[in-house]
Amino acid sequence: MANNNAPTSGFFANPVVKWIEYRLPVFSTLDHMVGTQYPTPKNLNYWWNFGSLAGLCLVVQILTGIVLVMHYTPHTSMAFDSVEHIMRDVNYGWLLRYIHANGASMFFIVVYIHIFRGLYFGSYKSPRELLWFLGVIILLLMMATAFMGYVLPWGQMSFWGATVITNLFSAIPVVGEHVVTWLWGGFAVDNPTLNRFFSLHYLLPFVIVGVVILHVLALHQFGSNNPLGIDVKGPQDTIPFHPYYTIKDAVGVGVFLLLFSFFIFYAPNYLGHPDNYIPANPLVTPAHIVPEWYFLPFYAILRSVPDKLGGVLLMFGAIAILFLLPWLDTSKVRSARFRPIYKQLSWVFLIACIGLGYSGGMPAEGLPLVIGRICTVYYFLHFLVVMPLVGWFEKPTKLPASISEPVLKTQAAE
Amino acid sequence: MAGTAPHSQAGNAAPTRRDFIVITASAFGAVGAAAALWPFVHQMNPSADVLALSSTELDLSHIAVGQSVTVLWRGKPVFVRHRTPAEIEQARKDDTAALPDPAKDETRVKKPEWLVMMGVCTHLGCVPLGQKGDFGGWFCPCHGSHYDTSGRIRKGPAPLNLPVPEYTFLSDTRIRIG
Repeated sequence: MANNNAPTSGFFANPVVKWIEYRLPVFSTLDHMVGTQYPTPKNLNYWWNFGSLAGLCLVVQILTGIVLVMHYTPHTSMAFDSVEHIMRDVNYGWLLRYIHANGASMFFIVVYIHIFRGLYFGSYKSPRELLWFLGVIILLLMMATAFMGYVLPWGQMSFWGATVITNLFSAIPVVGEHVVTWLWGGFAVDNPTLNRFFSLHYLLPFVIVGVVILHVLALHQFGSNNPLGIDVKGPQDTIPFHPYYTIKDAVGVGVFLLLFSFFIFYAPNYLGHPDNYIPANPLVTPAHIVPEWYFLPFYAILRSVPDKLGGVLLMFGAIAILFLLPWLDTSKVRSARFRPIYKQLSWVFLIACIGLGYSGGMPAEGLPLVIGRICTVYYFLHFLVVMPLVGWFEKPTKLPASISEPVLKTQAAE
Repeated sequence: MAGTAPHSQAGNAAPTRRDFIVITASAFGAVGAAAALWPFVHQMNPSADVLALSSTELDLSHIAVGQSVTVLWRGKPVFVRHRTPAEIEQARKDDTAALPDPAKDETRVKKPEWLVMMGVCTHLGCVPLGQKGDFGGWFCPCHGSHYDTSGRIRKGPAPLNLPVPEYTFLSDTRIRIG
């Protein structure tokens, strides 16, 4: 079926390709996934680069992770030293570890932009709800993976980060303490904890690969959303993914690798915390515990509530609420370009997220705490109140009749 | 249900013998799968060797008045503080203060001069710093919980007092924790 309409010249005319294709339609399948047979809206802008960049980050993390494991020892007495061994003795160990450590940050930058793109252009709306769900699941898996990976070097921040985060579950009424003991495999974060985190840190990226495949499958069902947020009306609105978007994605990869390389080679520890170069000590908590930057907004939400269970619920709720988004947004119009009020409020939302990040990185007192609380309130207001109400009361501007129409109009005017 | 066997003319009204077999077989299968799952869940609980290391002994004769010692018990710090008379007095005076987790000082100690408690903040598990904070007891730097001279929570996000572990005086100068 797939190879019926595949081109009969060029690559597909090659006898070896033909021989394989007849028995295993792998080339035509790829051609339909990310090739010439995948029609893509012709108006995608650079915000649409971040999906493929996220895929690249996942591949980089898996490759560097697999080779780091060849030199790492998951035991409390040797983990820290084995990481130093990687840094000092293993050939290019410093490079591989810095790529892996900074790669996690890059992955989150890319994914956060990807998510904001979806929020701004309404990519979560019907019929792409499950595509959005799978994305939120990927985000959750990424968070779990990143957290457990940060524990592996067994420095002070590793140990105390693990202690604080696993203790979040002690807020669960009645069974909380048992759950925490079960997670630890003991009465404190110790060797059993390190071993299971290592096991899961190796496993989860491959689970992410599986969910990414489903994410891409769901994407291909209706194709990419686009900056106008209107449906593709016909072939005149699309161009083939290859070569048009493969080349556009490649440009994005070049720019992204510049930023990535800057951190790897010039500021490899800028995004980390110096305390994690002190071996874990169960008797001394560092004076100022902070998670990695990509968890700061959620950490700020946790700390803005002066109640343990309340803080934990609100923090998890901040992610869980994303699952309700397709129904909380009552507007029929996808793209914020045609929604004058929502457009501005989505930037307010971004500012609130940045405010949360700032607050999460500061000691929980004074002005940062107040900022954290205001931003927490807005974060939830945005989803629970702003989205449903603005969808009803806002008068969207006129949508173009098709993706091609605005382009053709401009051309006619010239 | 047993009498339904002869009516096997595939009507969707009366349950047949086959329905019964399918339901019981599925139910047994589900129970079996759940039972098989348990070892995979329970392996994550503390192992026998971890459970075996559950007591620690400590000689108190070297701890002067106003000094604290931190010992590791079950991988967690335990604070043993030789309290000063002023601290004991303050702790007793605060029995009637507004306490988030009310407890009298006398219920938290076996001998008033020796305060033995877990050095683990009840908020999210950090180790509080001694003789700091607004109440002259302990202060947790992670999220700002203040404990008094009896280790009771007074201010901040922690919900409970620092817990007192099981311990016994083996002699006047020796305790066993656990």
